[in-house]
Amino acid sequence: MSRQPRCHPRVALRLDLLMVLLCGLCCGVGSAQARLNIEVTGGVEAAQPIAIVPFGVSDGLIPPVDVASVIASDLARTGRFRALPTRDMLAMPSRHDDVDLRDWSLLGMNNLVIGRVEPEGAGFKVEFTLYDVFRGQQLASSSVTSTAPGLRNAAHRIADIIYEQLTGQRGVAATRIAYVTSSGEGESQTVTLRVADADGANPQTIVSSGEPIMSPAWSPDGRRLAYVSFENKRPAIYIQELATGRRDLVASHPGINGSPAFSPDGRKLAMTLSKDGNPEIYVLNLLTRELVRLTDHFAIDTEPAWSPDGREIIFTSDRGGSPQIYRMSADGGPAQRISFEGDYNARASYAPDGRSIVLVTRAGGRFRIGLMDLDSGFTRLLSNGSLDESPSFAPNGSMVIYATIQGGRGILAVSSIDGGGNQRLSQDTGEVREPAWSPFIN
Amino acid sequence: MTVTSKPVEVLWGCVLIMALLAVSGCTSAPKPPPAAAPASGMTTPASTAPLEPAVPVYAGPWEDPSNPLYQRTIYFDYDKAEVRPEYLPLLRTHARYLGTHASQRVTLEGHTDERGSREYNLALGDQRAEAVRRLMIADGVQPNQLSTLSYGEERPANTGRTEQAWRQNRRVVIQY
Repeated sequence: MSRQPRCHPRVALRLDLLMVLLCGLCCGVGSAQARLNIEVTGGVEAAQPIAIVPFGVSDGLIPPVDVASVIASDLARTGRFRALPTRDMLAMPSRHDDVDLRDWSLLGMNNLVIGRVEPEGAGFKVEFTLYDVFRGQQLASSSVTSTAPGLRNAAHRIADIIYEQLTGQRGVAATRIAYVTSSGEGESQTVTLRVADADGANPQTIVSSGEPIMSPAWSPDGRRLAYVSFENKRPAIYIQELATGRRDLVASHPGINGSPAFSPDGRKLAMTLSKDGNPEIYVLNLLTRELVRLTDHFAIDTEPAWSPDGREIIFTSDRGGSPQIYRMSADGGPAQRISFEGDYNARASYAPDGRSIVLVTRAGGRFRIGLMDLDSGFTRLLSNGSLDESPSFAPNGSMVIYATIQGGRGILAVSSIDGGGNQRLSQDTGEVREPAWSPFIN
Repeated sequence: MTVTSKPVEVLWGCVLIMALLAVSGCTSAPKPPPAAAPASGMTTPASTAPLEPAVPVYAGPWEDPSNPLYQRTIYFDYDKAEVRPEYLPLLRTHARYLGTHASQRVTLEGHTDERGSREYNLALGDQRAEAVRRLMIADGVQPNQLSTLSYGEERPANTGRTEQAWRQNRRVVIQY
C-alpha cells in the first residue's frame, strides 16, 4: 500500500518552501491519526454462539496482534455470530489434545476455535482448528502464514475460512474499504482518499488534496482505484495502482469527468463526461484508449454501473423529469426505466448476484438507501437517515456500506441485507463519506 | 489573500471603474504606500503599519459593492437547472460588460445543495453552469470568453443543513 500525500500543484507552485513543508506535514499527520472507529449495533439475537479461545504462542513470542480477538470481532460484525467472552471460558486449550468439548457444550457453544501462533522466518505461522461442539467433530484444521505486519490480515483470512465453513458463504473480513474524508472548509479544506481494512483498521492515504476528491471505484482485481480529483482545479479521472502509488490520468475533458466504474473484466471504464455540452455516459477501453459514447439525451445521464456479467449498464437519468434508474446494453442503444417508486432514485449498483440493486431513494422527504428487487421492482429500505448516500455492496452480497449523517457529521454505516448486524464507522474528527467496498482480495 | 497597494494597480482599477460606470471618487491620485524606511537620524526600530488606501483597490468592477457587476450569483430551484426570469437582467449586465471587454474571460461555477447523490449533483451543477452559459452567449458573449466548472455539492457556500443553507448552495457563480 502506498502513501502518497499530495499538495495541490497550484499551491505548491505559488507558495514558498515553508508552505509546501506545512502542507506535506498536514497530509502526513492526517494519515497517521485518522483511525476509523467501528461500532457494532444490533444483530446479536439470532446470532450463533461461538468460542474463540486466545491463541497459544511459543515461549517468549509476543505477537503484535491478538489473533483470536480479531477473529471474534470479525465474526461478531457479520451479525451471525456471538463470541463467548474470554472471562467466561472454563479452559483455554490451544492444542487438540487439550480440548474437552463437554466444557464448551456446557456453555451452550455451537462451535469452538482454537489455535497457535508460531514464528516462521521473519513472520508467523498461524494454525487453527474449528470444532462442531454438538457433533464432537473437527470441521476444519488449517494454517495460514503471514509476514510480521501481515498478522492482522492472517486473522481476517482465518475468520473468513471459519465464516465460510459455518455459513456456506464467502467471508469479507479480509476485504477493504475505500472512502473519502474531509476536514476544514473552503480554502483550508483537506480532502483525503483512504483505504482501510473492512474493520476500519490500518487506514492508508491514497491521495490528499485541498480540492474535492470524489467517487472512488475499485478495479475487479482489487489492485487499483479509479477516482475523481479536482487537484488541477477541474474534475479529472485518475486510476491509481495501490501497491506502487503509480497513477494514470484517464479523463480530463472540458466539463465534468465523473462516475468512474470498472467493467467486471477490468478492461473498460464507464464514466460521465459533459464535453459535448451535456452529461452523458461513455465507456473508455483502457487498453486501446478508445472512447465510446453510450447515451445521447439532453437530460442528465450519469452514475453508470455494470451488471455482474458485464452485459448491461444501469445509470441515473432525469430524462423523465426526475432522477430515475435506467438500464441499457453495455454497447449503448435504447434504455428502459427500471425504478418507479418515488420521485428520486439515483446512484444504483448491482448486488454481486445481479438480482437486486442498491440505490439512493427519497422516501417521505428523506434520502435513504433502498434495495430494489429486479424481478418484482419492489424496494425495501435499508437505512433510516435523511441524507444517506453512496451505497456499496460487500463482495459477498451480505451487507451494504453507505454514508450517513450522525450528530451533524458524516460517518459510514453498514446494514446487513438480512437485517442482522449493523455497524457504524467514524473518525474522531472530520467527515467520512463515499465508501466503496473492495472486491474479494486474494 | 493580501491586498496590495501599488499605485499602478490602483490606477488600473480606477480606469476600469471610470470607463464603465463613470463613478466619481477616483479623480485624486492615490496616496503612495507608507515608507517602510524611517527618516534618517532615527535609531529606534519603528513598527510600520500600512495605511488604508484612500480608494479601495478592486481587481475589477465586479469587486465593487456599488457596481451592478458585484452581483455574480444566480440561485436555482431544487433539482432544477433553469435560470429563473428574475436573474435575466443580471446576466444581461454581465453579458454587456463581457461584450465590451473581449479579452475578459469568466468561469461559470455550478453548485448544488447536498441532498441526493454526489455524482448526480456534479451533473446538475454542470447543467446549471451550462444554462447560464447558453443565456450569456444568446446575449452576445463570445463562447471563448466563457468556461464552465461544476463542483456539484462539494463546495457549499453555507455548510448548514437547513432549507436556507440549501437555497444558498444551489447556485452558479460568475467568477472573473
